[in-house]
Amino acid sequence: MRVIARIATRLSRLILVLLCVAVVSFGLMMASPIDPIDAYLGPQMAQVSPEQRELIAQRWGFDEPPAVQFGHWLRQLASGDLGWSHVYNQPVSEVIGQRFQRSIVLLGGAWLLSALLGFSLGVVAGAKEGSTLDNIISTYAFITASTPAFWLAILAVLLFSVTLGWTPTCCAGPTGTLSQDVTLATRLHHLILPIATLALLGIANVTLHTRARMLELMRSEVATHAFAQGASRIDVAWRHGLRHASLPAMTLAFASLGELFGGSILIEQVFAYPGLGQATVAAGLRSDVPLLLGIALFTALFVSVGNMIADTLYDVIDPRIKQGGL
Amino acid sequence: MLTIERLTLQLPYYAHGHASWWKRRWATCLDELSLQFSAGEVHAVVGASGAGKSLLAYAVMGLLPTPARLNGQLCYQGKPLDEQRQRQLRGRELALIPQSLSALDPLVRTQRQVTWAAQRAGHAPANAWHSAQQALNHYQLDAHAQQAYAHELSGGMARRVLTAMAHVSQARLVIADEPTVGLDPHQRQRVLAALRELADQGKSVMLITHDLRHALPIADRVTIMRDGKRVETAPAHAFQGTGDLLVHDYSQALWLALPDNHFSTSATRQAPQLQQEADVA
Repeated sequence: MRVIARIATRLSRLILVLLCVAVVSFGLMMASPIDPIDAYLGPQMAQVSPEQRELIAQRWGFDEPPAVQFGHWLRQLASGDLGWSHVYNQPVSEVIGQRFQRSIVLLGGAWLLSALLGFSLGVVAGAKEGSTLDNIISTYAFITASTPAFWLAILAVLLFSVTLGWTPTCCAGPTGTLSQDVTLATRLHHLILPIATLALLGIANVTLHTRARMLELMRSEVATHAFAQGASRIDVAWRHGLRHASLPAMTLAFASLGELFGGSILIEQVFAYPGLGQATVAAGLRSDVPLLLGIALFTALFVSVGNMIADTLYDVIDPRIKQGGL
Repeated sequence: MLTIERLTLQLPYYAHGHASWWKRRWATCLDELSLQFSAGEVHAVVGASGAGKSLLAYAVMGLLPTPARLNGQLCYQGKPLDEQRQRQLRGRELALIPQSLSALDPLVRTQRQVTWAAQRAGHAPANAWHSAQQALNHYQLDAHAQQAYAHELSGGMARRVLTAMAHVSQARLVIADEPTVGLDPHQRQRVLAALRELADQGKSVMLITHDLRHALPIADRVTIMRDGKRVETAPAHAFQGTGDLLVHDYSQALWLALPDNHFSTSATRQAPQLQQEADVA
């Protein structure tokens, strides 16, 4: 019963968050200078008379007040219809679905890599404070933490794709090949560089936070007591450190999902990788309102679910975080 | 069993004030301290806050922070106890029951922590769990307490878990740092009785406390410390009546200032200051 109640509260909060995002993004669209009719007509704008425009506006309900329009949109959303993307000439849900499939490989790969590697590096650096290894790891983390994602991506393309020729310069597969004909190996080959670039930036953050928590633990009374029992530094780091450091690392990993999403927009742009990030840019540049709104909602859902998972995992790791709280 | 000879400990600090903040100075925390701990005895080390009791424990265990300056001789069972030997013996021959309950890892169940202590003391992994179980049962910690986390234990239970962790190591020198702080009389009796029992098994127990009155019933020998110096070491039975068997004024005054002895302070010349210190005790 309690589990059901907890899931219910979590879900209702999730819906509330999505509703807020819907209101804000819809408001922003209304306030933006985008004219949906112009965007829909595109280059044929000049051939349409004002009377015809009036007719389209009436048909689409643009003559009604914003609140009513919002109501229409919400009703359609609830029935699962996100609208029609004129940029891709496909339903928005299909565009997001296809694009997300490609993006999730990139995002998931980079996320896993940055969380696991970042955590391990942080634990090692924290356990061996002041050693050469710690200095190397910290220096690396500080440098990458202050590097912009797109710049690193451009450098990576210049070095590995242009100069060395190890990796392809663009896209999810070779140009001129249908996406169903692309083999898994080729797909991975195209993914290596974007994933590595995106992960490289995530690692730094996780490493620095994990290291800070490890330093705190190694100076705590828990560690002193363990040393008094004859434990080595490795023993303390392994048995106590992993548990204590996993909490901030996990918080950061899940909280950084949003950041990673933002980073992927830039990375996909630089590598011309046809994922959700690139679709976002295309939708923004070409005034595809339904697609933009759809992506905004989808991103909010994605990040919220990530945070929800982190919330649930806290209870598992730290027994002091009481169950049953909201 | 353990002999401490002319032990001097200095810790660095940076003085406040004009043009001296970058200059490191050394504060003397233990001053030419000589003590002896024998097997089968509870040796109470009593003193006010800042007397250097806990630092003595850390010096013996070899757990001092790195910039510490340590001089003098530590001898364990006839052989010098240097840093390397301390590292070998920690957890196996030397055990510490820490002062603070936050020495228990809040994220690990009791049973597992005691098992780790057993493994660190050299028990085979297969045996460790069993030894831990025995130690916990010995200190009357039931199945519920064994599966509990530190924040779910009462103060007395947490103390007994810490004692069980020292017990499971089979160490022959047990240092208990303020083991009775914050406990009710019943729990205090239990913890002290457990220490007495360790001594009766032939171990040497160093009982660090500021609580002279409660240490006396179980102690064989009492050392009074003040400002990092040893004031006096006396057998426990010397603390009786008007304290005539005590050699030093300070220990006499400390004894007479206890509530049972009518808070009397007139015995010495340094009375006002001593009253204050006895209040702390």
